[in-house]
Amino acid sequence: MRAPTSILPLRLEDVSFVAGERAIVNRVALVLEAGPRTIILGPNGAGKSVLMRLCHGLLAPTSGRIEWAAQERPGERRRQAMVFQRPVMLRRSAIANIEYALGIAGVLAVERTRQARDALESVGLSHLADRPARVLSGGEQQRLALARAWALRPEVLFLDEPTASLDPSATAEVERIIGAIHAAGTKIVMCTHNLGQARRLGDEILFLHQGRLAERAAVDRFFDQPASAEARDFLKGELPWT
Amino acid sequence: METILQAVREAAGLVLALDPKLVDIVVLSIQVSLTAVSLATVLALPLGAVIAVGKFPGRQTVIVILNALMGLPPVVVGLLVYLFLSRAGPLGPLGILFTPTAMVIAQTILILPIIAALARQAIEDAWREYQEQLRSLGAGGWSAALTLVWDIRFSLLTAVLAGLGRAAAEVGAVMIVGGNIDGVTRVMTTTIALETSKGDLPLALGLGIVLVMLILLLNAAAYSFKEVAQRRYG
Amino acid sequence: MDLKRRIVLAAALAAAALPLAAQEKYITVASTTSTEQSGLFGYLLPIFEKETGIKVRVIAVGTGQALDMARRGDADVVFVHDPAAERKFIDEGYGVDYKQVMYNDFVIVGPKSDPAKIAGSKDVLAALKKIEAAKAPFVSRADKSGTHAAELRYWKAAGVNIEAEKGPWYKETGSGMGPALNTASSLNAYILADRGTWLSFKNRGDLAILVEGDQKLFNQYGIMLVNPAKHPHVKKDLGTTFVNWIASPAGQKTIAGYKVGGEQLFFPNYKG
Repeated sequence: MRAPTSILPLRLEDVSFVAGERAIVNRVALVLEAGPRTIILGPNGAGKSVLMRLCHGLLAPTSGRIEWAAQERPGERRRQAMVFQRPVMLRRSAIANIEYALGIAGVLAVERTRQARDALESVGLSHLADRPARVLSGGEQQRLALARAWALRPEVLFLDEPTASLDPSATAEVERIIGAIHAAGTKIVMCTHNLGQARRLGDEILFLHQGRLAERAAVDRFFDQPASAEARDFLKGELPWT
Repeated sequence: METILQAVREAAGLVLALDPKLVDIVVLSIQVSLTAVSLATVLALPLGAVIAVGKFPGRQTVIVILNALMGLPPVVVGLLVYLFLSRAGPLGPLGILFTPTAMVIAQTILILPIIAALARQAIEDAWREYQEQLRSLGAGGWSAALTLVWDIRFSLLTAVLAGLGRAAAEVGAVMIVGGNIDGVTRVMTTTIALETSKGDLPLALGLGIVLVMLILLLNAAAYSFKEVAQRRYG
Repeated sequence: MDLKRRIVLAAALAAAALPLAAQEKYITVASTTSTEQSGLFGYLLPIFEKETGIKVRVIAVGTGQALDMARRGDADVVFVHDPAAERKFIDEGYGVDYKQVMYNDFVIVGPKSDPAKIAGSKDVLAALKKIEAAKAPFVSRADKSGTHAAELRYWKAAGVNIEAEKGPWYKETGSGMGPALNTASSLNAYILADRGTWLSFKNRGDLAILVEGDQKLFNQYGIMLVNPAKHPHVKKDLGTTFVNWIASPAGQKTIAGYKVGGEQLFFPNYKG
C-alpha cells in the first residue's frame, strides 16, 4: 500500500471571505509549507480566526481557491486538527472524549483505549482519565483538547488563541505541549494576540491587518525590523483594536 | 372548602382501597400516554434535529409553524382524527375508532410538535456550541447530529416530559376519538369530566388529585434521574 | 443507535400491552348522556352480557350527535329519545328494525324560592309560560339532544316564540344534562331535566323538583339497528340480538327493575 502523500503545502489563491458589507479576509494569497511554526498575528478583528477556519475547511471562501496538496475526502481520516480558544468537550469522561475522536478517525475499538491513554499521558492528565471532561478546569480541558488533537497524529494543527482564556501556569503547560507536538512532526499554525507568545513559539509570522496579509517574515526579523507601517504601529501598540 | 376536603378524603379512600375500576382507568391512562410519548419521541427527535441543523429554504417559516403547532387545541386534533378514523372517513375500514389505538394516535399527533419544537431549540443551541469541533474531528452530518442528540439527552428528556405532561392532562382529543366507553376507553381525564358533569364533584376532584400526584411523581423521578446523570457526566 | 432502539422497543411493548379489541364479541351503541348518566346502562348491560356473551360499548353523546355518528356508520345500534329525529333518520334510510321500548319522564327543576310561582303544578305548558312572563332565569341545554328537542316543543306548544323571547334570562349552555344542571344549580335557575339524571345528580344546591306528572312530560325512547345496507360493516347479528333483547320480556323486566333511591326511572312500553 502506498504511503499517503502529505496534504502540505497548502495554497491560498486570492482568497476572500465577505460577510454582509465587510471583507473579513481580503484577497489573501499565501503558501504554507511543512516545517516552520507559523504564527498569525494581528489586532482584534484582523481576520485571523476566519483565515484559520477557511484553511481548516470550517468556512468556505466567498472567492478565491484553497488547495491542499492532497485532497481530504469525506469519510476518510482527517489529517488536520484544530484546537479552539474554548475547548468543546462531550459529556463523557476525559478518556472517552479522546476515544470518540479516535473512533471517528477509524481506529479499531481495541486500539482506541491504548492510544487514548498514551495521549493523556503525554499531556500529564492520566490521573484524570475517568473524570467527566466538563468538570475539569479550563487549563485541564485545553490540555485534553490538545491530547485529543494529537492522538489523531495530524499533519497540521491549527490553534485559535489557545491560551487566551488561561492563567500563566496553564499557559506555560499548553505552550510546552505545543512544542512537543511540533517536535513530533506536526505543522503548527497558530493565531494569537500575545506578542511574547508569538516570539516564544513562532518560526515565522503572518501579520494580518484588516483582512489583508500585510507582512510575512521570520520571527526575529519581524519583531526587530518590521517592514510594513501597519506592523510597526502594531508592535508599538498604536493600532486600534478593530 | 367542604368540597375540597371531601375530595381529598375521597381520593385517599380510592387509592387505599385500590378500587379495581380506578386501577383499570389509571393503567389505561398510563398506557395510552406513554405509548403516545414513545411514538412521538421517535418521530420528533429526528425531525427536530433535521430542522435544527439543516439549511434549506423556508427554514424560518418551518420553525415558526412548528412552534405554533405546540398550541394545537386538543379538541381540534380529536375532531380531525375522528373524521379520518370514522367509517365515513378515509381510514374507516381500519375500524380503530373508539379504541385505545385511536387515542394513542390522537395524542401522538398532539404532542409531536411540542417535543419536536423543544428538541429543535435545544439541539440548535447545542449545535452552535459543538458544530465546529465536531466537524473539525471529521464527524459529518448524521454522525455529528446523533452524537449531539446523545450528548444533550437529558435536556431532551425535559422536552419529552413536556409532551408527556400534555398527553396525560388533555381530555378533548381522547374524549372524541375514544368515546369515553366504560371499561374500554375511559381514562383519568375523561372520567373526571364525566363525574363533574354528573355533579359528583368530590369524586372528580379526588381523581384529579390522583392524576396530579401521578404526574408529579413522574416528573420527580425524571428530575432525580437527571441529577444523578448530571453528576456522573458533568 | 442504541438509544433509538431502546425507545422503539419500549413503544412496541407498551402498544402490545394495549387491550386487543378485536378478540371479543362486542357492539357499539350510540346513546345519550342522560341515559348513561342515569345509570341504566351500568345496571342493564352486565345482565345482557351474562345472558348473551356480547359486550356493549356505549358512546354517550347528545341525540343529534348520536344519530350523526350512526349516519357515518360509527355505531351498530342507536338508542335515543327523540321520535321526530328518529323518524327522519329512518326515512333517510339509515335505521331499520325500529322499536319504541320505554319512556322516562322529564321534570322541571328550579330554586326553592320559586320566583315564577310554579311549584306543585301539573301543567308543564302553563309553568313555562309563567317562567317566560317572569323572565326568571332558565337554563337550556341547547345541544340538539332529545331533552333539548322536547324543551323546544314545549315552548312552542305553550305559545311562546322562544327565539324571539329569549333574553339574558334564557341561558343556552350547549352541554349535556349534568353540566347544564351544574350551571342551573350555581345560577339558581329553572331547567327541564330527565328524572333519571336528576336523581343521580349530587350538586343540587338550592334546586328541587317543582313540576312533574304532566303526561306531556313523558319521554319516549326508541332503539334500532343501523341499516347494514348503508353500512355493510355493521354487526347485524349481534346488534339485532341487542335490539330484540331490549324489547323482549326479559329486557323489559330488567328495565323496570332499575331503581334509584327506591324509585323506578324507566317504564317499559314495547307493544308488539
